[in-house]
Amino acid sequence: MDATIAAILVQDGVVNGAVYALLALCLVLVFAVTRIVLIPQGEFVAYGALSYAALDEGRVPGSAWLLAGLGIAAFAAGLAHERRASWPRILPRLAGECLVLQAISIAAAFVLAPLRLGPWMDALLTLALVTPMAPCLYRLAFQPLAQASVLVLLIAAVGVHLAMVGLGLVFFGAEGYRGPAFLDASFSAGPLTISAQAIVILLATLLIMGSLAAFFEATLAGRALRAVAVNRLGARLVGISAAGSGRLAFTLAGFIGALSGVLIAPLTTIYFDSGFIIGLKGFVAAIIAGMASYPGAVAAALVVGLVEAFAAFWASPFKEVIVFTVIIPVLLLRSLASVPGEDEE
Amino acid sequence: MIFRRFWPLAALLAAIAVAFVPQVPIFWVTLADTIGIGAIVTLGLVVITGFGAMTSFGQASLMGFGAYTTALLTTQAGLSPWLALPASLAVAGLAAFLVGSFTLRLSGHYLALGTIAWAVSLYYVFGNLDLVGRNDGLRGIPPLSVLGTPLLDSRRYFVVVAIGFALAMWATRNLLDSRMGRAIRSLRGGAAASASFGVSIAGARMLAFVHAGVLAGLAGFLYAHMQRSVNPSPFGLSGGIDYLFMAVVGGTGHLAGALLVTIANDRLQDWLPLLLGAGGSYETIVFGALLVLILQTAPEGLWPLLRRGAPIRRRAIRPAAPLPARPRIAPGEAVLEARGLRRNFGGLVAVADIGFDVRAGEIVGLIGPNGAGKSTTFNLLTGVLAPSAGEISFAGRMLSRITPQSAARAGIGRSFQHVKLVRGMSVLENVALGAHLRGRAGALAAMLRLDRAEEARIFAEAARQLARVGLAEQADLPARSLALGQQRIVEIARALCLDPALLLLDEPAAGLRHQEKQALAALLRQLRAEGMAILLVEHDMDFVMNLTDRLVVMDFGTKLATGTAADIRANPAVIEAYLGGVA
Repeated sequence: MDATIAAILVQDGVVNGAVYALLALCLVLVFAVTRIVLIPQGEFVAYGALSYAALDEGRVPGSAWLLAGLGIAAFAAGLAHERRASWPRILPRLAGECLVLQAISIAAAFVLAPLRLGPWMDALLTLALVTPMAPCLYRLAFQPLAQASVLVLLIAAVGVHLAMVGLGLVFFGAEGYRGPAFLDASFSAGPLTISAQAIVILLATLLIMGSLAAFFEATLAGRALRAVAVNRLGARLVGISAAGSGRLAFTLAGFIGALSGVLIAPLTTIYFDSGFIIGLKGFVAAIIAGMASYPGAVAAALVVGLVEAFAAFWASPFKEVIVFTVIIPVLLLRSLASVPGEDEE
Repeated sequence: MIFRRFWPLAALLAAIAVAFVPQVPIFWVTLADTIGIGAIVTLGLVVITGFGAMTSFGQASLMGFGAYTTALLTTQAGLSPWLALPASLAVAGLAAFLVGSFTLRLSGHYLALGTIAWAVSLYYVFGNLDLVGRNDGLRGIPPLSVLGTPLLDSRRYFVVVAIGFALAMWATRNLLDSRMGRAIRSLRGGAAASASFGVSIAGARMLAFVHAGVLAGLAGFLYAHMQRSVNPSPFGLSGGIDYLFMAVVGGTGHLAGALLVTIANDRLQDWLPLLLGAGGSYETIVFGALLVLILQTAPEGLWPLLRRGAPIRRRAIRPAAPLPARPRIAPGEAVLEARGLRRNFGGLVAVADIGFDVRAGEIVGLIGPNGAGKSTTFNLLTGVLAPSAGEISFAGRMLSRITPQSAARAGIGRSFQHVKLVRGMSVLENVALGAHLRGRAGALAAMLRLDRAEEARIFAEAARQLARVGLAEQADLPARSLALGQQRIVEIARALCLDPALLLLDEPAAGLRHQEKQALAALLRQLRAEGMAILLVEHDMDFVMNLTDRLVVMDFGTKLATGTAADIRANPAVIEAYLGGVA
């Protein structure tokens, strides 16, 4: 290996690591707020990439139908969850969150998709179609389980993941797609060629991180999420809704997941089930960070991206083995530091 | 009685007989073979998840070790499959031991995520190793044969699968109904308590994990010789998720649930495509949605719903020789001597230079206002916390580095301020957990039913202690059904099962009615008369003052006073601590 190859690998690793970092941030956020280990995070990525690719071809993506179905199901579940007497009170908000928003996104997709307005518009439409799915999923699957243990939530998350992969096959088909780059340019820096897409990814990642930081520091909603993460009961006592926080956390995860999908669509072919492995790498990073630290998760994600890039060069068939084995020394260290024998119910 | 004893055997023979009825389509029998194999894996997972309170997504990978071992040994080394069987079991068990040794120390969801990580890794290892044929796998695995007859068709193979499942079920049931099995079952909600009766928590977790690994190995072996070829695809994470799904749906606390749901699951796999039209995608959608729905509506799984209202089984207690007893310490001799005990939490000194004795045949009360450091002192004496300074001698011997297990071995029996019983086990079984250190039988002996004589002795002792505390009537009820006060008394019976020289009781009278308190006081007096040393933390002053020989009063982590009840009542410092200063 010479310096040029190393530089190329580093570039690959950093770009992939940036996407893993976004996913890891979502995982940490959702876990802190809801105690859910968000296994289906990767499905948002796949849905995002596939919707983006379909829009690029001028088709209305399957996610429009899926969103309609999820919205209606979440609406019904929301009604079923409440007593009939309180329906008038909750109806406007529930309908707004589960039906109206969805209808607007779907209508926009139907009107704008055939016009083929370019990658930026496609990206916006994709976000509008995929993001609202996340709070609907929370309402459907997790809200009734709010009191359950982390382990039960984890198993439920695996169930949601399975269902979403199946839905992905139904609504997007078995074919793989690749999306167009935002900017079709590249620069040379010495022997290195840097694609504009790589820069777009890095900038988008930095932007999202900055926005998240601002959101958590400066906005009331962001502080409310932090409060729930620190102390669920205390947050409820001062009037922060746990369910509302959960939906907000899921919305952020859905948004960032879909955006990650749009960002990596030009780099690799995405199938309906590709999300899982991508999401798992975000997991490796999140776990290394103890599911607790945001900067830790970002740093770990970069390490995962770099390890993956170099492993692909040296031992291609064992790339995935090496990436997932990275977690083991970390788990070992963590287990040596932790005190075992706590009671688990 | 005879029926109950032999019905599993009858059911096995009946199932085999049905498989050979020519009118039963071969398709169904093939399905039954798959179900049986899946049920063996799920059985192990139920032990891990339902009883051991751990989660593993990696059982399919362990199954892969069993399958690949026999595939390699029979195709490459030309070994007979029956000789490869022990190797399959051993390799899968060893694999479980190795991955367990670095993941089992993790708790809760970290453990679950750890198993996901190695399940994914192992899948790619299987798919990329030349030794096991990469993604193509290994072909040409010989069929199992009995007396020279190869078991080629599904009906004959069903005999092997059915017997394999029956043996797995038998061994697992036997294991759970044994000394080591109770240690595994205590992991759900009672780990801290069982540790203080000498159970090695790490050991119990590993035992459950390796047992499940060996079962997965058996399933892998059966799978390999049924398919006659192996490749990585059934041994990945999705396989592991399927098995966990089955365990959750069946009800992780119940062995029979494993069989029930594997049946339902495989049936579903056949019927869904017919119901919903072609295409495998609906299957995963329905699986995923069903999994969530079951967690929402029946978190205990389906089996308990079927069992609802079933009568409670009574355990027969046979007279048996008493368990070996500890040599008694002569009354008046010091059992416990604490000197200069100190414990800091960061800058906070919770316990500062506490020292006192407890002698055989006396009851010492440890009292003090809330936050005085009584519980911390208790935890120092029982090895739950390590002291920052100071020394503890027991029966004249210095104890260095006390752990809950070593405290139990030394002869310190304890109860807990917050009751720690295994909610799903019967009262009697909870009490029997106290006698863990007085038995020897290991897991293998238990599976083969070689531990029955010792078990009879343990249960005779447990029944005796339970009768002594007045709860003989409740012996067969699940522990969770008792009132809180009664659960405290069960904890005392459990502590007595250890045959302790020193009994540490943390608020034993809390939640008891007047009559029950008097009965408890009478019991403690009787134990004192027998030469037991008793240290109790208690808030009920009447109870303490009438019962104890001496009192140690703590306030703000320091010893405020010691003396008889009358001395303490008259001590101005104590009055000030409890009632505030006299203005």
